[in-house]
Amino acid sequence: MSKTDTRALAFVSSGTIPPSPPPSSEVGAVHWLRENLFSGWFNTILTLASIAVVVLLVPPIVEWAFLDSVWNASSLSECREKGTGACWAVINERFNQFMFGFYPPHLYWRPILTFVLLFVALAPVLFGSLPRQMLWFSLLFPVVAYFLIWGGLGLEPVESRQLGGFLLALVIGVAGIVLSLPIGILLALGRKSHLIFIKTICVVFIEFIRGVPLITLLFVANSVLAYFFPPGSNLDLILRVVIMVTLFASAYMAEVIRGGLAALPQGQYEAADALGLNYQKSMRLIVLPQALKISIPGIVNTFIGLFKDTTLVVVIGLLDPIGLIAATRADSNWNGIIWEFYVFVGFFFFIACFGMSRYSMYLERKLKTDHR
Amino acid sequence: MTELATERTADRSKMSISDEVAIQITNMNKWYGDFHVLRDINLTVYRGERIVVCGPSGSGKSTMIRCINRLEEHQKGDIIVDGIELNSDLKNIDKIRAEVGMVFQHFNLFPHLTILENCTLAPIWVRKTPRREAEEVAMHFLKKVKIPEQAHKYPGQLSGGQQQRVAIARALCMKPRIMLFDEPTSALDPEMIKEVLDTMIELAEEGMTMICVTHEMGFARSVANRVIFMDQGQIVEQNEPEEFFLNPKSDRTKLFLSQILGH
Repeated sequence: MSKTDTRALAFVSSGTIPPSPPPSSEVGAVHWLRENLFSGWFNTILTLASIAVVVLLVPPIVEWAFLDSVWNASSLSECREKGTGACWAVINERFNQFMFGFYPPHLYWRPILTFVLLFVALAPVLFGSLPRQMLWFSLLFPVVAYFLIWGGLGLEPVESRQLGGFLLALVIGVAGIVLSLPIGILLALGRKSHLIFIKTICVVFIEFIRGVPLITLLFVANSVLAYFFPPGSNLDLILRVVIMVTLFASAYMAEVIRGGLAALPQGQYEAADALGLNYQKSMRLIVLPQALKISIPGIVNTFIGLFKDTTLVVVIGLLDPIGLIAATRADSNWNGIIWEFYVFVGFFFFIACFGMSRYSMYLERKLKTDHR
Repeated sequence: MTELATERTADRSKMSISDEVAIQITNMNKWYGDFHVLRDINLTVYRGERIVVCGPSGSGKSTMIRCINRLEEHQKGDIIVDGIELNSDLKNIDKIRAEVGMVFQHFNLFPHLTILENCTLAPIWVRKTPRREAEEVAMHFLKKVKIPEQAHKYPGQLSGGQQQRVAIARALCMKPRIMLFDEPTSALDPEMIKEVLDTMIELAEEGMTMICVTHEMGFARSVANRVIFMDQGQIVEQNEPEEFFLNPKSDRTKLFLSQILGH
């Protein structure tokens, strides 16, 4: 049909074309601006509107928080005389209480030391490049931390009721995070087990705990839990709360990890089996390292949620930072302050949660070995 | 497809078969729910044999070799591997798996471990080989499959053919007495099939007992001493390659061969 002479289409390349740099319109700052901020009329409007919002909002916030704020005063009325901005004087005055609750002031060094040691213990767990021998200290840390905070072994004892503020939030949060991960892993593996008894227990546990609000569990911790222990054993309230928060978080954790397990190709399980690895070894060496890596965003999400949920202990009368806000506002000197408290407490939680979030992104990048 | 994808010719004189039985399968049956996938499989494999299993998809060939190391469970009949009977005794299963190497269609390397770690993992954790010795053995086999320079890379950085050769090296590091290949070249580009087949031919020349599910009929001709044709869950025909290809007996075999060799 076609009259094209196919001989005219025959072609042989005369050599390899050397690579050359992309055209200048595709690189550089101008290209970036045009691509990201002014790529079309809609994007241009968004860019201009965003600039307007920043210009309108940032100066008043800076004035309120820094330029016009008052850092030293003994009451709200004195604050208002000195400046129109934030009254940080209340935070300044009650700082120790927000940090430690009603912990005896002459023993403040103990929670501070515990806090420093917490990072020493976390470091080898978080960063693989540190010497592995440090992990022995990490294992020992919970015991050290317990005696430092509550006393004993020659240290002056401190009552649980005296703990409060960020100290309390950190104790519950860290204990919950550290305990909920291993329990969550076991629950996730149990839910995938072929042993019907183990599987049923895990499914019932996960579904029950996930289906109940944390506040309900905290009330249970406060009142009912004591019935489940032998009479006379007076279980510490904070310990009871830690148990409930841990169970709650581990149910969520289990489902996050189950997602990671399900995302792993069947071939990985088969390859591990075919090499003769038994169940424990194939889980520890092949399946969990990969499943946990896939689950990192979800796991950290659960950690962050758990840490912020520690503020719910206020409903059973523990004085965490939120509980202390109510207590401080009841003081006639400071009656009427709202914003400063919540900004301060919010800032603390933001630092902690943002830190976790950044670490998880670092970990994801570090563990990325698939080069896709 | 009649041509071997590699110009390397296998030296059959080196491949000797002993009369010692490596695998004995008697009246093996398997069901997936109501579906009868394997029907009365009887197969005796002698040490040093290279058996190629072929057949249309869904004929049960992969399922059969996966029963040999218990990746699939059979419901009736007996499988004896290396003198050990396969039953629900977990110890026996682990023992057999350590003696039987397997290579998969999709390689199934562990992406979170380097090539070297992939190869040393099982010797260290299953055979309790000291790490240094395991690494020496691994390097030996990586040299044999001609990729020692990739030892410290991750599987994701390698080509398909290289990954499959690592998978073969990983299986060899366990010093298995039997190797199972489950369509080892089906997921590879044509130019990479050659390097994998070369490795397998070399292995055959060293006297490894091999069962290989493959559609590489050139490989079957030059390496196998027996070809098994399966259809609908049963062994339809088995013969020496020469006879099998030139003079198939059953109609189903003839049809299958005409389809895969026809173009």
